[in-house]
Amino acid sequence: MRGEVRKGMRQQFLERFSWIDLFLWVLRIGVIVIIVWGSIRSLAAGKYSATAWLSLVIAGLAQGSIYALIALGYTLIYGVLLMINFAHGEVYMAGAFTSTIVAEALARYGYAERYPIPMIGLLLVVSMVVSAVVAVLLERIAYRPLRGAPRLVPLITAIGASFALQYIFRGLFGSAFHTYPEFGRMWGQLKVGGTTIQVVQVVVLVAAVVMMAGLYFFVERTKTGKSLRAVSEDKEIAALMGIDVDRVIAITFAIGGLLAGAAGVCRGLYQPQGIWFYMGFFPGLKAFTAAVLGGIGSIQGAMLGGLFLGIFESVGPNLFLEGLGIPAAYQLKDVIAFTMLVLVLMFRPQGIMGERLAEKKA
Amino acid sequence: MKYSKALSILMLTVLLVSACAPKAAPFECPDAIGCVDIAPDEPIHIAYMQPLTGAAVVYGESLEGAIKVAAADRDGKLLGHDILLKGEDSGCSAEGGEAAARKVASDPTIVGVIGTTCSSAMTAAMATISEAGLTIISQANTSPKLTNPNETWMPGYFRTAHNDLFQGAVAARFAYTELGARTAAAIHDGDPYTEGLARAFYDSFIDLGGEGVAFEAVNKGDTDMRPVLTTVAANPPDILYFPIFEPEGNFIAAQSVEVPGLEDTILFGADGLTVSTFAPSTGDGCLGMYLSGPYLTGTEAQVFLTRYQQINGELPPGPFGEHGYDAINILMDAIEKVAVKEDDGTLHIGRQALRDAVEDTEDFDGITGTLDCGPKALRPGVEFRGDCATGEALAIFQVDADWIASEDVYQMGVHPPVVWTP
Repeated sequence: MRGEVRKGMRQQFLERFSWIDLFLWVLRIGVIVIIVWGSIRSLAAGKYSATAWLSLVIAGLAQGSIYALIALGYTLIYGVLLMINFAHGEVYMAGAFTSTIVAEALARYGYAERYPIPMIGLLLVVSMVVSAVVAVLLERIAYRPLRGAPRLVPLITAIGASFALQYIFRGLFGSAFHTYPEFGRMWGQLKVGGTTIQVVQVVVLVAAVVMMAGLYFFVERTKTGKSLRAVSEDKEIAALMGIDVDRVIAITFAIGGLLAGAAGVCRGLYQPQGIWFYMGFFPGLKAFTAAVLGGIGSIQGAMLGGLFLGIFESVGPNLFLEGLGIPAAYQLKDVIAFTMLVLVLMFRPQGIMGERLAEKKA
Repeated sequence: MKYSKALSILMLTVLLVSACAPKAAPFECPDAIGCVDIAPDEPIHIAYMQPLTGAAVVYGESLEGAIKVAAADRDGKLLGHDILLKGEDSGCSAEGGEAAARKVASDPTIVGVIGTTCSSAMTAAMATISEAGLTIISQANTSPKLTNPNETWMPGYFRTAHNDLFQGAVAARFAYTELGARTAAAIHDGDPYTEGLARAFYDSFIDLGGEGVAFEAVNKGDTDMRPVLTTVAANPPDILYFPIFEPEGNFIAAQSVEVPGLEDTILFGADGLTVSTFAPSTGDGCLGMYLSGPYLTGTEAQVFLTRYQQINGELPPGPFGEHGYDAINILMDAIEKVAVKEDDGTLHIGRQALRDAVEDTEDFDGITGTLDCGPKALRPGVEFRGDCATGEALAIFQVDADWIASEDVYQMGVHPPVVWTP
């Protein structure tokens, strides 16, 4: 229309401005200031040498690798089904717990001392198979009947399945704490950059990277991977193209289970104690956080998210909180981890590597 | 017409007859809170709030067995009434304690309660139990806050387990005088019991003249202790006291070997780790480490164990059963003292009178020592109420290779060898 004036920049800004945006910006800047201030003071205090920081980072990477492997399962299933499989932590527990029981049963024969590598191989196979089976059964029993239901329903089912699996395993194996055989100790230590690290930490990190690379190759280069990508793009069209959607989804769950089983063995190598029916709850939660942090739906994102989360948990309390004078900073490490998640999402809602979801998916 | 007339005459007669019958004088309860009235054929109902499921179930099972022994000692009868023991599952958490407390508080037939095991459960249950007028005696709570009127204590709460101020002081004294440690660090897990004990140790150690270098905390459910151990290793202490539970304690003991800087640090745990699954899982990491915890000597304790095995078929699977035996005996003695018995056998037990009787218990010859439930000034200016025990029944144990290899469930006599008693 003739009478309409082209709006100046100031007017456009004032029209788009809202108090909520201002509040969010103040919050973002506030958190960044706290983090930077705390870090500067911690580093200036000089309580930890550079080698101490290095060993903290490596511990964080090793722990983060375990989170990353579980996060890969979350991200795959979200990519294909657009649901968060909250029972994935229990899938991880299933593999780890079962392989521990097998290891304890074989302990009296002394295989762990005499043939450690084949023993680890056996435990890996047991763990991966059990986790994959549990994952596929989970999909069959708990999720497939609800395929068309509103999104909240499978979510609640997942939580219920999580409890069910915990108590099934408690009923099967009891509620005492079990221990993995001490493989990690036998590999000894390594001197890196002035500090001593455990070889098992490197093993876990390398294993996670290799498995992520294998998964990426599988998804990008193989035919099944292609059908997986097609199903995650659009289920109905993929079905019209002749892809067996049910089979692809079952394969996705199986792969997620395989990775979770491998994560279980990594956990057993890195932290042999404390294996019990409840061990999957917190790692599952952290891995979900890691997957969201890295961009849910993206494989590299899950890997990065896991590693970042591990590092935040390990370095965060000393770096951010001790500088601010907060005592017993380690109690707040979960606060730091989740605050970093919130911070990343505040600046980049799709996660580090995520893509903005299309309208249809959201 | 005739029917209704006859009926009304009959009704009138019945009314007159019943009105003229001799009435029994109703019992008026003189008690400030109220009375529990027990009919001649009803049992005396003593409840217990214990972990009947979960990781702490060995404590609950030991308590159940111990109170059965106490009931059997009196042939199952108190003041001519049967003793009824019924339990609620308090778990080892605030939620469990709250839930069990609500169930117990809503039952007006309960005279007294034995519980809980975990200080976290009792902290949540305290208000509910106290406001219901109940008397509760704990056999295993040790958190100092629970008997401190300025903190969590409320009327009606007593305990036969030692206050952790004693245990922390004993551990600090051992570390300072016997081991010659001059710097110490402590790690707790946020639980009222562990934080109280770690703080008691830390403060006592500083009072003795030592230096406290780190007071850290982990969360329950944490698996990677390397970062917090790296923090402690920045300023390596002579002693690292971590009075926490499995599996966090196992992780600390196992991973402390891997963290550079902690080679000369002595590890020191508490009764949360004096369980059979701790040592085999950490292997050599815990060899030579010390543990503080309850310890009973004397023939009475042995006699109790024999009786326990006779009645329950096995030895107690966990500690504090003996403290539970003393707790229920104190309660039952107090009931005997204050109960008003009518001729037909009805009992009236005043709730406030029962609390006062328990608090007046002194020179009680229990198997855990001589117990006195009166107020005690354990800290200058603070009068602690409800602590019946002192620091007698404590000792320091040292983990040796035999204990690591043993697979027996914790039994009195199969704990690590005692190296020092206060």
